[in-house]
Amino acid sequence: MLAFLADHLGAFANGALITLQYTAASCLFGAILAVPIALMRLSRRAEAFWPATAYVFFFRGTPLLAQIFLIYYGSGQFRQGLESLGLWSLFREPWFCAVLTLSLNTGAYSSEIVRGALLAVPHGEVEAAMALGLSPLQRLRLVVLPRALAAAWPAYTNEIVYQIQATSLVSIITVMDITGVARVIASRNFAFYEAFATAAAFYLAIVYLVILVAKRIEKRLHAHLDEVESVGKRIGGP
Amino acid sequence: MRAAAYLLLASLLLVAPAAAQQLPDPLKIATEGAYPPFNYLDDQGKVQGFEIDLARAMCDEMKVTCEFVVQDWDGLIPGLLSQKYDAIIASLYITDERRQRIAFSDKYYQVPARFVVPKSSDLKITPEGMKGAVVGTQRATSFERFLRDRFPGIDLRVYATMDEAYLDLKSGRIDALMGDVVAASEGFLKKPDGAGFEFRGPEYTGSTWFGYGAGVGVRKEDAYIAKAFSGAIAKLRANGVYKKLSTKWFGFDVYGG
Repeated sequence: MLAFLADHLGAFANGALITLQYTAASCLFGAILAVPIALMRLSRRAEAFWPATAYVFFFRGTPLLAQIFLIYYGSGQFRQGLESLGLWSLFREPWFCAVLTLSLNTGAYSSEIVRGALLAVPHGEVEAAMALGLSPLQRLRLVVLPRALAAAWPAYTNEIVYQIQATSLVSIITVMDITGVARVIASRNFAFYEAFATAAAFYLAIVYLVILVAKRIEKRLHAHLDEVESVGKRIGGP
Repeated sequence: MRAAAYLLLASLLLVAPAAAQQLPDPLKIATEGAYPPFNYLDDQGKVQGFEIDLARAMCDEMKVTCEFVVQDWDGLIPGLLSQKYDAIIASLYITDERRQRIAFSDKYYQVPARFVVPKSSDLKITPEGMKGAVVGTQRATSFERFLRDRFPGIDLRVYATMDEAYLDLKSGRIDALMGDVVAASEGFLKKPDGAGFEFRGPEYTGSTWFGYGAGVGVRKEDAYIAKAFSGAIAKLRANGVYKKLSTKWFGFDVYGG
């Protein structure tokens, strides 16, 4: 095992870098998508509600594996059309198809997290903001979104962790992430156990790091709650 | 009394090895099911192909019933080692590297490997000429090993199946692919999708990478199963059944020199 690690650690580190990049990029684009999609899902206007609902329905209702195949090999069949739009140079790259699919997928799940959090904002706070004369946009920016995002964060952390593992599927479209590297090394050396044990260790390490960072962010987001709690303890204490 | 004891001992010696050599029945054979025309799944999801017909003929010859298991290519050897089935018949080349982990029957076919490129391409098939070219092939194959060792300057993309590499060659994502001449010709070039593509460069047969032809793979401790397959192959070669099957699928004898 040690000799195996000495030989292949570099390759696995490269794979880990790819996994991190794909996770970060897709979570970023997914998060950017999530808020407008969630707002559209809560809208009473049909032209906002239906497209967003169809998008979420599709990406939550089909397996990520199928989505990756669909976008990667599907786009290959529409090369002429994509070329005339000037998009083929992007779609021909496996990394682009991978990040696009991962972003759209996590965007759908994240938007549902945000939607739930928006619904959980206490109505009284919105009414208070109205009483203060804040415009609808101000209410959203100053009251509703900050409250909702703080509430959504723990569930969203979960989504990021899931996303790290979901990136392992991109090796089927030739991307050399941790899983892709493990597959190549496993077959070349017949070291199936060592290769996938190493891959698992890398995923564990990344997930652990992400959870650590996410917990710190959570503490900051809920700093005011900690304050209240400690005040409460002081009052109720002996 | 003594004579009877000797007789018993002698009969045990005769019978015991024979009992140990009993082939598993049914014999479970793994195949990939994604390498036409050697092995593939038809519209009903049933395994078909030259290797499937040949495997059935070998099983008849060995007087066992055979069951086919479909297994992704790069899981074939791990699955064999973890006792999921008894043999692999999936165009698995007999190479020295693989022989360190599993045992093989004698070869049952052998064809060279070659590059496939678009007819319009001006790619030169040399390590220098292909520097920076995007080349696809199937993961965990002899082709992948060969490309990594002999064409280090290329941008190598590895696919789970050959069919996916064909799709990307067709769409222009890759500049060339490497495969065996029969599978690439029957599975791609002769199909509508393959119009506009051609073989280029020499045929490669170096045994370091491509080994000694395709053989039936078994666990090392099951060398007797490989031996039984070797016997069956020799018989089918001799009685003309092999030639009939090869002609049916390819129009020529694919056994090789």
